[in-house]
Amino acid sequence: MSAAEQALATADAVPLSLRGPAPTRVVAGYGFWLFLLSDIVIFAALFAAYAVLSGETAGGPTAADLFDKRHVLIESACLLASSVTCGFGSLAVQSGDRSSTYSWMAITFILGITFLSLEVSEFSHMLSIGAGPTRSAFLSAFFTLVGTHGLHVTLGLCWLIVMLLQAATLGFKPMVSRRFFCFGLFWHALDIVWIGVFTIVYLGAHF
Amino acid sequence: MSPGAHVRTQGTRRSYLIGLGYAVILTLASFWASSTDVVYPPGVPILLGVLAIAQMGIHLVFFLHISSAPDQTNNILALAFGIFVVGLLVFGSMIIMAHLNHNMMPMDRLMQMQR
Repeated sequence: MSAAEQALATADAVPLSLRGPAPTRVVAGYGFWLFLLSDIVIFAALFAAYAVLSGETAGGPTAADLFDKRHVLIESACLLASSVTCGFGSLAVQSGDRSSTYSWMAITFILGITFLSLEVSEFSHMLSIGAGPTRSAFLSAFFTLVGTHGLHVTLGLCWLIVMLLQAATLGFKPMVSRRFFCFGLFWHALDIVWIGVFTIVYLGAHF
Repeated sequence: MSPGAHVRTQGTRRSYLIGLGYAVILTLASFWASSTDVVYPPGVPILLGVLAIAQMGIHLVFFLHISSAPDQTNNILALAFGIFVVGLLVFGSMIIMAHLNHNMMPMDRLMQMQR
């Protein structure tokens, strides 16, 4: 610990409220947390709609008819693995290791694309058998909720590409490092929302 | 610390791997719980809910590095507020819609009145 940090650690240290602004990284992280919470409020509204409408199948296909657990398990595995590889990528960014950053983030990207293609294949199958969002309120709620999550994943992957380009052209400046940190928060938050999705939508279907 | 001062790196590889381990166990447990005969059936949704919340907690601690460190206090407060809003939205909607549904005239009587 430096002398300054040791001084702060003593009992009659300067109180937290008088120490001046926090480091930019901490403030940026907090701001992004607030954005993530607003995003989670959007998902909460969509979950609420799904919860209310999940039984309104209008004589059409029900959840038990449509959802395949193995498919969902593979999707969940992809997203969870991508969260871990994103975490390793974040560590590489912090230590300024370019090649590790590229490799880990590339794997994250590939896992994200795999998740998306599985989801798109499920949606197109449902559309082809007439179980699209216009069939019933249950299906409208399903497509809106899961589709919005998929849209967030897509935008996250676009953001990841931009971040990798920024790392390549600007290097690991503090600004780029902060942005990678925010991307990491976003990506982990998407996995948290997915936990809700697979539990409530897919596993909750069999009741 | 002054603005822009270097912040010690968050998390380690161990943290992510431990989180992965717990998350895999909880995910597999959820999938098992949804199709098992061993658990009293009306209790299965609650079991799924508990497993989901536990896994969200694992993500928050091991991936998002929520902790009791002073730098994280604001994040925890924001998270608590967020959970409050989510709870209000989801359970509020479900309670209100169930109440309205309960008070609605049965559909066949309603159709009869339209004629």
